[in-house]
Amino acid sequence: MSPVEEALSRAHRAEWARLVAVLTRRFGDLDIAEEAAAEAFATAVERWAADGVPPNPGAWLTTTAVRKAIDRLRRESKREDKHREALSMHDEQEPVGAIDDERLRLLFTCCHPALAMEARVALTLRMVGGLTVPEIASAFLARESAMGKRITRAKNKIKAARIPYRVPSAEDLPRRVSGVLAVLFLVFNEGYLATGPGTDPVRQELTAEAIRLTRLVRGLLPDDGEVAGLLALMLLTEARRAARVSDSGELITLHEQDRGAWDADLIAEGHRLVRERLAAGAAPGRYQILAAINAVHTSARDARDTDWSQVVALYDQLVRLDPSPIVALNRAIAVAEIDGPEVALAAVDRLALSGYHAFHATRADLLRRLGRVPESRSAYGRAIELAGNTAEIAYLTRRRDQLE
Amino acid sequence: MQYLVSVIDDKTASATAEEMTAIKAFNERLQAEGHWVFAGGLNAPSTATVIEHRDGEPIFTDGPFLESKEHLAGFWVIEAPDLDVALEIAAEGAERCNRKVEVRPFL
Repeated sequence: MSPVEEALSRAHRAEWARLVAVLTRRFGDLDIAEEAAAEAFATAVERWAADGVPPNPGAWLTTTAVRKAIDRLRRESKREDKHREALSMHDEQEPVGAIDDERLRLLFTCCHPALAMEARVALTLRMVGGLTVPEIASAFLARESAMGKRITRAKNKIKAARIPYRVPSAEDLPRRVSGVLAVLFLVFNEGYLATGPGTDPVRQELTAEAIRLTRLVRGLLPDDGEVAGLLALMLLTEARRAARVSDSGELITLHEQDRGAWDADLIAEGHRLVRERLAAGAAPGRYQILAAINAVHTSARDARDTDWSQVVALYDQLVRLDPSPIVALNRAIAVAEIDGPEVALAAVDRLALSGYHAFHATRADLLRRLGRVPESRSAYGRAIELAGNTAEIAYLTRRRDQLE
Repeated sequence: MQYLVSVIDDKTASATAEEMTAIKAFNERLQAEGHWVFAGGLNAPSTATVIEHRDGEPIFTDGPFLESKEHLAGFWVIEAPDLDVALEIAAEGAERCNRKVEVRPFL
């Protein structure tokens, strides 16, 4: 990468969300903001290559984007009064510290509960993450035109229904933050357990983007325990990425992973966050508990050293917050390590999860350990039918075919 | 900005006395706080008449234009600065009248 390309990509990462946020505030319109921000970067590609990188890229981009937005408003023959107003107030200075608020406002607007979850994800990746529509479409295996429509429809609803551009009030904040975190976790999981036959088993661009956005939220809301928890959970999961899929594209389970291949820096950062939350002494939410479970796993030098009773205790805590069958399934997997596969199987068999591949994969493994080969084989078969991740399918197929 | 808050129900005139009292109190609060524009309950879809103007003649048809289990049982038209405020009011309306509601902005 040339120095100019590097400066452009750095500026894109650092400045996109701020730029869109500032423009949205100034012009009151997500469309204009997005387009002007994109045009400013397109101009930067040409101008920086010819004239060199400006001393303050952020300020250069803002000035250029504001000019682009005003040009667009002037070009449009059918201007609304609101736009004329925006033109007259464009020289207002940003107060120091307001930028963080602007980006938060943008994030809360994109993750508004009146929008469909898919629209929130797409809009957040576009407006806050700066991903292009084709990039988002390919990440979610959607057609570009369909993804474009989804984003346009969401922007239209924000405008027509007047979804407010602001940080929610203190009383609404916890619930609204959890909505933002749900969006980010969805992006992360789609990257980490990518589904679809034609994709890589792990989509690093999605996990990386989710982590980057969660870091941003953490910077904006440093006192929120669940934000820290989700970041820790992502880091501790991401740390194992390189060890999780074999060269032949097969999933390697936690038990069998080469722990030397884990990313020590990410683990250290994740552990630091988990310790910080423990020290805070506040009752942990779902992400903090999941992060703590991952901290236990990543603390063991060898799979055999895993403190399973600690893992089960944490799942007990999680079950109290979230009594869903999926949590119960994961708890049963840990229970198998302490009380044996028979006890775990009894718990698993009570769960109504027959459409979920991990339910059948867990049953298959427990039945295999109990020597119930034909039943195990058929459970593997069911899991393979339902699984969407190519690495997981390869792993399950080998396990089934190894059954004696 | 005005929003239509539609009350969705599968029965007609089914509000209990407690619900009517709660709705009345809610309406009074909307009036006191400046959100009130208009509200009303609607009679059964079976009492509806559809009119189409064709070839200079009105044609009257007995019944609603949409046959469905759920129907519009009543509505509020409210004034709110943005969707968050509208949703908050509508959520309370849904609770008071004990029915599902839909919020739609006016053009």
